[in-house]
Amino acid sequence: MSAEPLLAEVAVPLIPGIVRPKSATPSTVVAPTIEKETRAEEELDLPWQVVVHNDPVNLMSYVTMVFQRVFGYPRDKAERHMLEVHHKGRSILWSGMREPAELYVQQLHGYLLLATIEKIA
Amino acid sequence: MEIRRRKNQIEISELDPFLSELLRQIPASANTQGAHAAEQRIFSAPAKGKEAELCAEWKMYVEPELRRLFQSATQTVGSDLEQLNGNEKSLANRTLRIPTKHADAWLSALNQARLVIAAKNNFTELELNDHLRSPIGSRRDLSLFQVNFYGFLQEFILRELEC
Repeated sequence: MSAEPLLAEVAVPLIPGIVRPKSATPSTVVAPTIEKETRAEEELDLPWQVVVHNDPVNLMSYVTMVFQRVFGYPRDKAERHMLEVHHKGRSILWSGMREPAELYVQQLHGYLLLATIEKIA
Repeated sequence: MEIRRRKNQIEISELDPFLSELLRQIPASANTQGAHAAEQRIFSAPAKGKEAELCAEWKMYVEPELRRLFQSATQTVGSDLEQLNGNEKSLANRTLRIPTKHADAWLSALNQARLVIAAKNNFTELELNDHLRSPIGSRRDLSLFQVNFYGFLQEFILRELEC
């Protein structure tokens, strides 16, 4: 199967109002083969998790506030996660699709928390 | 020093020249330039290990947005701090009024400054938790005091936001 060149803008929104181009040269992309598309979809469907790591500088009250703001968690749940980060070194704050997970990590970095996205094994 | 909420402002009064100077240093302290460890901490990787593509895209598209976000916060704080300019050599106590609508910018700038100072000095968790550390005797002690003083302000602002 030959691949027809496509003219398309490939963009992935990360935070509201910001559209992040998927590649540095988004104006012309080559359509992937069906096999590649299937693999990409499978990869996207894999569950991902948002992990926050311990940091001795960030204040406990600040971290709790960030969890409330970013995830909309009630205070007691946000505090439980904050304490888990503090005592165990990390806490899984959210799991699901890759795109929202990236968005959450970006928001957490905006609040200067140490956060990463991880593929669930 | 006294700190209190007055209508739509957080008022820090009875600021002696030393504390005024520490406040004036917030924007400069938040600057990561030339400090690799601080740069690494402020712009940390979004994934560990295998996600090289994500990390590369992050650096290209997300990091500049974060840089702008942090810069905007320090600029807001810098403009509030202009109230303290003018009489740097005077020994009189000063008052700083922070509009509550700038509270988020202050939280961010204070956090940036604390993280950058801690990264530059490579403070251990033990040092950061030693609130009974004795008087300032070295540049390192002063930096630790700065981290704790900024943390105290953060706590107060956070409490005010909860009210």
